[in-house]
Amino acid sequence: MNTPQLDNVIPKPASVLDKARIYRDKFKAWVNLDSSNLTAGQQLAVKYFTVAVILFVAQILFGLLSALQFIYPGFLYGILDFNVNRMVHINAMIVWMLYGFIGSIYWLIEDESGTEIVGLKWANIAFWVLTGAVTLVVLVYLFVQVGPGKDSSLWFINEGREYIEAPRWADLGITAVMLVFFYNVVATFSKGNWSGIAGVLVLDLIALVGLYLAGMFYMTNITHDQYWWWWVIHLWVEATWEVLVGVIMAWSLMKLLGVRRKIVQTWLYIEVALMFGSGILGLGHHYFWIGMPEYWLSVGGFFSALEPIPLVAMVVHAIYDSGVHAFKTVNHPALAWVIAHAFGNFFGAGVWGFMHTLPQINLYTHGTQWSASHGHLSFFGAYATINIAFFYLAIQQWRGNVWMAAGTRHAWRWKWALGLLNAGVVGMTVALLIAGYEQSFIERAVEGSTWAGYFAAQNQPSFQHAMNWRMFFGLVTAAGLGLLVWDLLTIGKYEERKAEKVVEKVIVH
Amino acid sequence: MNETPLWASESFWKKTAIWVTAGSFVILIVLTMDSLSQTTAGGKRVPPYSVINKKIDYRFNKELNKSVPVIGGDEFLFGKQLSEQEAEQLVDLGKKTAQSRNCMNCHTILGNGAYYAPDLTKAWLDQGWLSKELREDLMVKFLMNPESNARTFGSNRKMPNLGITEQEAEGLVAFLKWMSSIDTNGFPYNFKTIEAEE
Repeated sequence: MNTPQLDNVIPKPASVLDKARIYRDKFKAWVNLDSSNLTAGQQLAVKYFTVAVILFVAQILFGLLSALQFIYPGFLYGILDFNVNRMVHINAMIVWMLYGFIGSIYWLIEDESGTEIVGLKWANIAFWVLTGAVTLVVLVYLFVQVGPGKDSSLWFINEGREYIEAPRWADLGITAVMLVFFYNVVATFSKGNWSGIAGVLVLDLIALVGLYLAGMFYMTNITHDQYWWWWVIHLWVEATWEVLVGVIMAWSLMKLLGVRRKIVQTWLYIEVALMFGSGILGLGHHYFWIGMPEYWLSVGGFFSALEPIPLVAMVVHAIYDSGVHAFKTVNHPALAWVIAHAFGNFFGAGVWGFMHTLPQINLYTHGTQWSASHGHLSFFGAYATINIAFFYLAIQQWRGNVWMAAGTRHAWRWKWALGLLNAGVVGMTVALLIAGYEQSFIERAVEGSTWAGYFAAQNQPSFQHAMNWRMFFGLVTAAGLGLLVWDLLTIGKYEERKAEKVVEKVIVH
Repeated sequence: MNETPLWASESFWKKTAIWVTAGSFVILIVLTMDSLSQTTAGGKRVPPYSVINKKIDYRFNKELNKSVPVIGGDEFLFGKQLSEQEAEQLVDLGKKTAQSRNCMNCHTILGNGAYYAPDLTKAWLDQGWLSKELREDLMVKFLMNPESNARTFGSNRKMPNLGITEQEAEGLVAFLKWMSSIDTNGFPYNFKTIEAEE
């Protein structure tokens, strides 16, 4: 039977692939990046950065869906329920930040060790394994969503533990990939030169990989379950990740400003002492209300109250060095994001964390929008910012180490992206803080924490206005992200001037 | 004359960092061993799973100035007395169901999770279940078909249907009843239980 009309309507698989290929080639021609400007290690790093940006977009998209469900609870009900959107929102965040960190380390390791990455082939295989696994996990989250109350669900669908929902098979895969990464770091430094930065990095990675194992066991006892769960979450984001960004920042300050190695390394050791000295026992602030003994109220309260100190030190460090070097840098957007990191880390993790860390106030704020407010500003301020700084360092090199200082073409784009992203996140943080205040007063203090009390607080106009404002600033954040992606793809495209060389300056006082 | 003072010396801070980190970690390990042994199920802070055979309440203690769990006489769940092993199996089914249905990304459990739906720490004791006689039945029905038994308190936020079976629903109720007996140092504050009405 001859059906020419149908043939025209239904695309043939081959022609779909061809079209996709044409679009990809067009996109590549438009972006016009030349990978021969990068070393093999840097080429690996930019693969990680690419996936990180894609997951960043997914994070914001699913965040917007979740925010919308607070306003219109019927939106996507029974199709993509809040728990699915929220899970993808926070998981995409954790994973894109890890991709960013791994990429940043691969980016700096050749320069820092003075030799090529050992085991590059393995690192490339690990990248594809990890990316394949992440894709599969997300597809299962979206299309399978839930399973029966059996071990098989925890192994193949979802472990149902906030932030580390990835099923057990993926846990094993992630650990294997992290071991390859760890081997590459150690072997590369062993072949080349060790440094203070390298030493801190390696010890930190041992802790980071080791801690992930604490989250891979099932326990019936919910108190024990949450005890170990916090080992992973807290000791990652409030200890080992902070030290990791300390390492990344130390290296960037040398590259961006030409700060002397002795100065950044001394600072790095001070930061490690303060960070681990407060952060390790600061873990106790998660043990107030989960069934743990009362001494955690004192231990957790005291040490977590000290946690902002290293973050102040990091601000002083970044700003002092920038000031000493008169903010003279070869990459304006990257330095701007490093400064945003220093302040964002201090306010988001430090101030917003301190505000509700003491048990006397935490009794009322625990499990309210206070935590969401703190979470938004701290993850953005501490980790999103420093990764974005690295994306700009990478794109500069990818364009052939071009000029990215004063007088860059279309500089308004990176400036507006910086402004919109920061304003968006700060706006959401303030909106959520207002919601959190209201919830603590109405639900906890007045109504006595019952379900009726919970909903009394959720139905208050001030809470609902806060949710509208959060939605608005979520859209501002999304606009900033859109601009950031456009800028990353185009900045330096027609630039012909080369970047100035950064020289290490000895400042004489 | 141009010696680096101690506070600016790289090696001094390197040693400090190592000692502070190692010291903190050792203290954490010691506290971890103590905390875990104090909170095994069957201890004072975390009762045995068979506590689901008992009446549980959460009352303000003036002397301690906080609410504490109060374990009373027999009050069997679904009319059956369970052995320690049977109780553990039922709670275990409930915990696995809570994880596989991703409860924590809407609710909070012991105050941890997401903030789209109410906290489950003392859900067993909540006045929302109207009366102690109706409670078990209402909970199972709600879990199995939340849409038709919706309890939205005027918020329009409905729990989705997660395909929870009757057995799983009973497991979840057992898990929630057991969890309500854990000594949470007074969290949530000022909570008035279903018992307080009587």
